[in-house]
Amino acid sequence: MAAVSSGTAQVTLPTDEQILITREFDAPRHLVYEAFTKPELVRRWWHSNRGEMTVCEIDLRVGGVWRYVMVAEGFGEVGFHGEYREIVPNERIVSTEAYEGIPDADEHAAVNVLTLTDLGNDRTLLSILVEHPTKEGRDAHINSGMEEGMQDALDLLEKVAVSLR
Amino acid sequence: MARAATTADAFNAVAEPRRRQILDALAGGERPVNDIVELLGLAQPQVSKHLRVLREVGAVEVRGDGRRRLYRLNGDALKPIHDWVKGYERLWSERFDELDVVLEELKTKEASDGSSE
Repeated sequence: MAAVSSGTAQVTLPTDEQILITREFDAPRHLVYEAFTKPELVRRWWHSNRGEMTVCEIDLRVGGVWRYVMVAEGFGEVGFHGEYREIVPNERIVSTEAYEGIPDADEHAAVNVLTLTDLGNDRTLLSILVEHPTKEGRDAHINSGMEEGMQDALDLLEKVAVSLR
Repeated sequence: MARAATTADAFNAVAEPRRRQILDALAGGERPVNDIVELLGLAQPQVSKHLRVLREVGAVEVRGDGRRRLYRLNGDALKPIHDWVKGYERLWSERFDELDVVLEELKTKEASDGSSE
């Protein structure tokens, strides 16, 4: 049997520089952590069906680096990398994320805070807070293009959408 | 005429809670500024400041009606950021759907490892 659907990801914009992604999972926290930190597991979900992940390197220690590269259909190679700054196993990872598609990628790197909250009954709340230090970095993130053409679904700004009719 | 509104501008407009409240209020239709002041419970200068930002990015438009100033939503200016948020939400939803499959496997594996001990 397929897993009970845990719903869609919620994306909000808490401030000018932040993007917040949240989602509940029907799995205990240590397994969500494992799926986020083992390359052979990350390879299986990070591609989001938009292509093939060709590089997935994770050196999970403070100061260690990570790098993900995907060949996206119709878009070409998209690469991201960063450094781990804080690691609390099963709970929290703070890392930087640079989008390799722009000049001086590291200067514009975002800081990502992954937080896993135990909800009881083997359920986990995941949140990823992406904070951009510069407007250029944020715009590059917005324009990295991986989500291009994926413009349906509704709810966050549904009222605005309604007003466009 | 050049289009001034960019994704980043719209992002600025909607990433502030008070401005989102104003946009929500205007989604119901055109309103005079006094209405918005009352609704938000803020001082008029603060409301005017938010309305100015929204006007600068084209998210709201204003017209005079006698002595009143009426504000209305311009959804076109917000469409880029709306589309981006929806697309980004979709990207992560699809990632997480795949992740659900991985997690089911890990749960099954853990359960069988545990019972064999």
